[in-house]
Amino acid sequence: MDIKILGTGCANCDSLEKATQAAVSELAIDAQFEKVTDPGEIASWGVMSTPALVVDDEVVLSGRVPSQDEVAALLADR
Amino acid sequence: MNTITKPKASPTSNAQLWGKLGIVTLLWGLLYKLNRPTWDWLIYQVAGLSEETRLGSAVHFFLFDTTKIFLLLGGIVFAVTVVRSFVTIERTRALLGGRREGAGNVAAAGLGVVTPFCSCSAVPAFIGFVAAGVPLGVTLSFLIASPMVNEVAIVLIFGLFGFKITALYIGFGLLVAILGGFILGKLRLERWVEPFVFETKLRGKTVVPSSDMPWEDRFALGREEVATILKKVWPYVLVGIGIGAAIHGWAPEDFFARWAGSGNPLAVPIAVVVGVPLYSNAAGVMPLVEALAAKGVGMGTVLSFMMAVVALSLPEMILLRRVLKIQLLAIYVGVVGSGIIAVGYLFNAII
Repeated sequence: MDIKILGTGCANCDSLEKATQAAVSELAIDAQFEKVTDPGEIASWGVMSTPALVVDDEVVLSGRVPSQDEVAALLADR
Repeated sequence: MNTITKPKASPTSNAQLWGKLGIVTLLWGLLYKLNRPTWDWLIYQVAGLSEETRLGSAVHFFLFDTTKIFLLLGGIVFAVTVVRSFVTIERTRALLGGRREGAGNVAAAGLGVVTPFCSCSAVPAFIGFVAAGVPLGVTLSFLIASPMVNEVAIVLIFGLFGFKITALYIGFGLLVAILGGFILGKLRLERWVEPFVFETKLRGKTVVPSSDMPWEDRFALGREEVATILKKVWPYVLVGIGIGAAIHGWAPEDFFARWAGSGNPLAVPIAVVVGVPLYSNAAGVMPLVEALAAKGVGMGTVLSFMMAVVALSLPEMILLRRVLKIQLLAIYVGVVGSGIIAVGYLFNAII
C-alpha cells in the first residue's frame, strides 16, 4: 500500500502521520510512507486544506486530523 | 473537514442528540451567568480581598476573565464548526470560479469569513484558487478577509463590547479585504506570483466533500475542534489574561489614556507596528484588548492592535513567500497594514 501524507509541515501533519502509522501497525499492513510538503504538488492533488491523506493515489481525507480508529477504518476498506 | 468514508459507531437517535445539545447549552448558560457572582463571592467574601486593592481587582480580573474566555471559546468554536461543516473551501472555490473582479471581491471577502480555513493551508488554497482560474485580486480578497474578520474575534468582541462595535469591526474588516483585493487585482501583479503556481495542473477530480453528513458527525466535528483549539490556544489565553490583569491592577489610571488615547495621532500606527511581530491569536489578545480599552486607550487603537496581531503574522508571511515574490508580499502587507491603520483612525474618530 502506498501512503502519502500531504501537508506543508504544520503540527497537524505530524499528528496525521502518527495516527496513520499507528493504524498501519495495528492492521499489520505493508505500506510505504511518503511525506509531500511541496505546496505545488499538494495543490495538484486537488487538496486545498491540509493535512490530507492519499492512499494508492487517491485522496481519502483532507482538512482535519482523524483518530487512529478512523484511519484504520479507511485503510481496512481497501 | 472532508471525509469520504465515515466510519460509524452506534447511531444515536436525532431526538437524543438534540436533547443532549439542549442540556449542554443550558448548563453552559448557567455557568456563564454564575461566573461573576461566584468569583465576587470567592474573592471578595471568602478570600477577603478588597475590590479596591490592586491585588484584589487583578486576581478577580484574571479568574473571572479566564472562565469567561474559555466558556465563550468552547461555545463559539463548537457552534462555528457545526455551521462551517456546511461550507467547504472546495465549494467556495467553485462559487468564485466564474466571478469577475468587483462582485468577485465582495463574494470572496464574505466567503473568506465563513469558510473553514487554517493559515497553514494558505499556500495550497492560494494555488488551488489561482490554478482553477479565480482572478488574483479575488483570491487575495479571500486571503485577507479570512484572518482579518476572525469568527472567534467576532463573538469575543460581541461578548465584551456589544453589538455596535462588532458590526463596525465586521464592516471595516470586509471593506479592507474587498478594497485591498480589488486594488491589488487592478495593479496586474501576476508577474510577481511564483510562475509554478500558474503551471500547476490540477490532476484528477477534486475531493468532493460530503455534504450529507448526519448531525451526529457534525456535532462530533464540533467537539473535536473545541478540544483542538483549546489545546492550542490556552497558553496564549493565560498569558494574555495575565498581562491584562497586570494592566488592570497596576497600570496607572491615566498612563495609557495620556499616551495612547484617541487624542494621540501616532497611537494607531504604533499599535500596528507593535502588533505585527506578536504571534498570538484572537482569543489570546482579547483580554489584553479589554484591559487596554478599560484603561482609556482609544477603541480604534485597540482594534488596530488586535487586527495586526491576528491578520499579519510572520509565520504566515514566510509560508506565503513560497507562492508570492517578495515585491507582491510587501505590497500585500502594505495594503493590509494601511487598511488596519485606516480602520483604527476611523474608529477613534466615530466612537
